[in-house]
Amino acid sequence: MQTLKDLFVLFFKIGLFTFGGGYAMLPLLKDELVSRKRLLTEDELLDMYAIGQCTPGIIAINVATFIGYRRAGVGGAVAATLGMIFPSLIIITLIAMILKQYMYNRYLTYAFAGVRIGVVALIASVVIDLWQSNIRGYTDGALFVLALLLLGLFSLSAVWIVIISAAAALIIGECAKK
Amino acid sequence: MIYLLLFFEFFKIGLFAIGGGLVTVPFLFDLTEKYTWFTAKELTDMIAISESTPGPIGVNMATYAGVNAAGIGGGIIATLGLVTPSVIVIIMIAKLMSQYQCNRRVNTVLEGIRPAVVALIVFAGLELAKVTMTDLLHGIIFAILFASIRFYKKSPVFYLGLAAVTGIVLKL
Repeated sequence: MQTLKDLFVLFFKIGLFTFGGGYAMLPLLKDELVSRKRLLTEDELLDMYAIGQCTPGIIAINVATFIGYRRAGVGGAVAATLGMIFPSLIIITLIAMILKQYMYNRYLTYAFAGVRIGVVALIASVVIDLWQSNIRGYTDGALFVLALLLLGLFSLSAVWIVIISAAAALIIGECAKK
Repeated sequence: MIYLLLFFEFFKIGLFAIGGGLVTVPFLFDLTEKYTWFTAKELTDMIAISESTPGPIGVNMATYAGVNAAGIGGGIIATLGLVTPSVIVIIMIAKLMSQYQCNRRVNTVLEGIRPAVVALIVFAGLELAKVTMTDLLHGIIFAILFASIRFYKKSPVFYLGLAAVTGIVLKL
């Protein structure tokens, strides 16, 4: 029982103190689990990240579930994941409710009009980073163009784009092997 | 009924969105076209709030979208829907394979999905730009913000704060 509570509290703290999740929480996890409590080695933690990255779902939750399961089975996985999402649930629910009240405030409207431009600029910057780390060579370029065409011409949903590109990648991979 | 639908839609996002950061954005954009839960403009606000508050961005977005669609209960259901696939898949992997390695086929597929994920985010970004950037002034502010993001690489919260102040000063 102690372990479940510990897992919940650990990931609650991580959810509360890291912005962005994913790799942003790696230093905190390393500090807590590797350096202080010695529950994991650094290699084990990095392995979990590698698997968290190649399985469905967002990395932060995958890693939390993984560590929780390794420490205390299914209960641990659930406790860690609930701990991780709890701060978001509280903070975001409060903000969403408050903003709904004040959304018609003139200054808030101005501020958000500015913020939206900031969001588009951030996305544009993320796209450049993603492009540099993910599009290497002609095959990647072709898969990128294929996805963009499917989106533009047939307005397929994101789910279908993922399924079709996965199939295309598998076919290209198998052909390249022969 | 809306709870069931919310759970199902966010379960799907948890199953198909692979990675971190903004990967859930294109999926959430699809929801703006399918349901009346939130608009593309509101989605942009959600991204801003999710980037400037603690917690994984994907989780924050799910909570926000759920609250917008169906109140506090909606936020909880959407968030649980998002994380359920992770919990199931990771437990299965940890259980079935003590020494799980991302195998060659899985890697091929994942490498292949990545360019598509970039395309998805490009497309969603363009759609959000369409509803956000209405005139030349917006375009100029975008160009200045974008240049400073690339040049100074401060945290997203800093630029969103800067953008908010710009919005108030210029009465956008």
